[in-house]
Amino acid sequence: MSGATLYVPRDAAALSVGADAVAEAIAAEAARRGEDVRIVRNGSRGMLWLEPMVEVETASGRVAYGPVGTADVGSLFDTGFLAGGAHDLGHGPTEEIPYLARQERLTFARCGVTDPLSIADYTAHGGFAGLAKALALDPAAIIEEVVQSGLRGRGGAGFPTGIKWRTVAGAAGETKYICCNADEGDSGTFADRMIMEGDPFLLVEGMIIAGLATGAGQGLIYIRSEYPHAISVMKQAVDIAAGAGYLGADIQGSGRGFTIEVRTGAGAYICGEETSMLESLEGKRGQIRSKPPLPALAGLFGKPTVVNNVLSFAAVPYILGKGGKAYAAFGTGRSLGTQPFQLAGNIKRGGLIELPFGHTLRELIEEFGDGTRTGRPVRAVQVGGPLGAYLPESQFDLPLDYEAFAAVGAMIGHGGITVFDDTVDMADQARFAMEFCAIESCGKCTPCRIGSIRGVEVIERIKAGIEDAKNLTLLQDLCETMKDGSLCALGGLTPMPVESALNHFPEDFGPKAGSEAA
Amino acid sequence: MAAQEPGTEAGGGGAVAETVSAICADFGNRPDALIEILHGIQGEFGFVPEATVAALAAALNMTRADVHGVIGFYHDFERERPGRHVLKLCRAESCQANGSNALAAHAEAALGVPFGGTTNDGEFTLKAVYCLGNCALGPSVLVGETLHARVDAEKFDGLVADLKGSKG
Repeated sequence: MSGATLYVPRDAAALSVGADAVAEAIAAEAARRGEDVRIVRNGSRGMLWLEPMVEVETASGRVAYGPVGTADVGSLFDTGFLAGGAHDLGHGPTEEIPYLARQERLTFARCGVTDPLSIADYTAHGGFAGLAKALALDPAAIIEEVVQSGLRGRGGAGFPTGIKWRTVAGAAGETKYICCNADEGDSGTFADRMIMEGDPFLLVEGMIIAGLATGAGQGLIYIRSEYPHAISVMKQAVDIAAGAGYLGADIQGSGRGFTIEVRTGAGAYICGEETSMLESLEGKRGQIRSKPPLPALAGLFGKPTVVNNVLSFAAVPYILGKGGKAYAAFGTGRSLGTQPFQLAGNIKRGGLIELPFGHTLRELIEEFGDGTRTGRPVRAVQVGGPLGAYLPESQFDLPLDYEAFAAVGAMIGHGGITVFDDTVDMADQARFAMEFCAIESCGKCTPCRIGSIRGVEVIERIKAGIEDAKNLTLLQDLCETMKDGSLCALGGLTPMPVESALNHFPEDFGPKAGSEAA
Repeated sequence: MAAQEPGTEAGGGGAVAETVSAICADFGNRPDALIEILHGIQGEFGFVPEATVAALAAALNMTRADVHGVIGFYHDFERERPGRHVLKLCRAESCQANGSNALAAHAEAALGVPFGGTTNDGEFTLKAVYCLGNCALGPSVLVGETLHARVDAEKFDGLVADLKGSKG
């Protein structure tokens, strides 16, 4: 059995459970046994409870083993895993694992399959096909494909991407920018990170296409500093793409140019807000700007700027490659295409689940996730990060689409789903939402800066049973003020988790709250 | 060590200015690169010494107030020398769902410092962060560029013991 190819992920989640040590142990054991193996450090397939998940290339495809610890390596060799042999940690052919087989992977098609930094791997698996199409189209035709796809901003706001691009394309000016928001600060989300670490050329390709569509020559990727692995992989990918003629003054001999610069954030959640991110990219305090003007007309350095999330850019190569209509064939209503959902928190089988819009939370939590990791009943699920609503079990059959969630005062956001079991205290979670807003507020507007601090105090009084009926009214008033009076989504949406906790779990807010709030 | 100590009023100042201007020059003295430059300075000194502010203002043609404003805005930038190891413990929702509040209380008790504090022996600084992107495997702790998953009290103590013995 010489020349076996093995895959051991280099994704940060896999590294956090010891993937490096497993890769080393496999190399050492192979050397000891005189086996010739090639170890590829791939991205993660997103079945995170199986990490480190080792795959072996066999005649009948790739076979998965996991979670593999260094202590398992000897027995894996003993049972002939290099030929796909049976083992307690074996899961059979990777692509047939139900968690993966049930997904619709358009954006994550390559993630975990290829060597993230191999352009040869990328192109062999369909990479740069979208770019090739785009290079043959005029800008208006590229934008038309994106409009037809129905793609909406995957960062959370859900604004139609094609319309944004059309605005930038039509804006006057020689200098325009493409800015990628990779400040993935929402707890419960990691899809941007997985793409950057597992399929970075996909983001590069999406951004180049955006540049071609809008006439922008410069791209910037703003990655949060909490993602050192993503920053490192992305920087290498940009250099490799430039070396291969995909970035620079003359993309693949087309005579058109595009460059990308990778920039590092500095631990401010607010910099995920687009205008705050632009300020930060200009080297300033990440304070938000009032809109208008829209960044599409006056963005980075006052120039027309596309600001999109990693997942929005990452959806574009498929859309150009297969056509906007092919993408729009997935999904439901006005929520078209797929959303990479991220199942997190207290969950048995957490991970990345890319599905067309329209599935339900229950499918994700029960069928994919198999319930909580603690084995206790699920009590609440927060969807859409720290500014998203807490949903009770009675809302788990809601279809996952933008409008259905908005109709019940919730949001899909960036697709993060954080599961809590029945030990959670929802008044504590409401308090934390306010506290987080206070810590991360940029300070520009009063409802957010001061309101969040008052919010913490009021919830503490309610919890302590101090004039709780009065204070509940006060809290509801405060939430209204923050929603109506804040300049951006941080102050404006912090009431969402607070009010949802209050509405769905009133029994947690002080001794008498249950009857008062109901 | 003392000769290297930046930020003290006497000595050091010239060396600090030299380092700052070299880092700024790497970024073409562009004021828009200030965040990257500050990361560079923190990489060099372990924090952003007060003495760098004037040098930054001069190199980037900014006011000292503007430089101060930027340093103060971002959670990453340390104004004082942190411990030899900075333990960044995630306190966001997904880690809370997996017991990070109990871990946080344990960490404070085990190290004898509150969040933001540095142990007396200068070994550890405990910092709260909000999401490390490892939300299916929490609670998570980041030390340098090494991410640790499913950290409970026992694993935390082991981590601290290992780091204490390390040369890092």
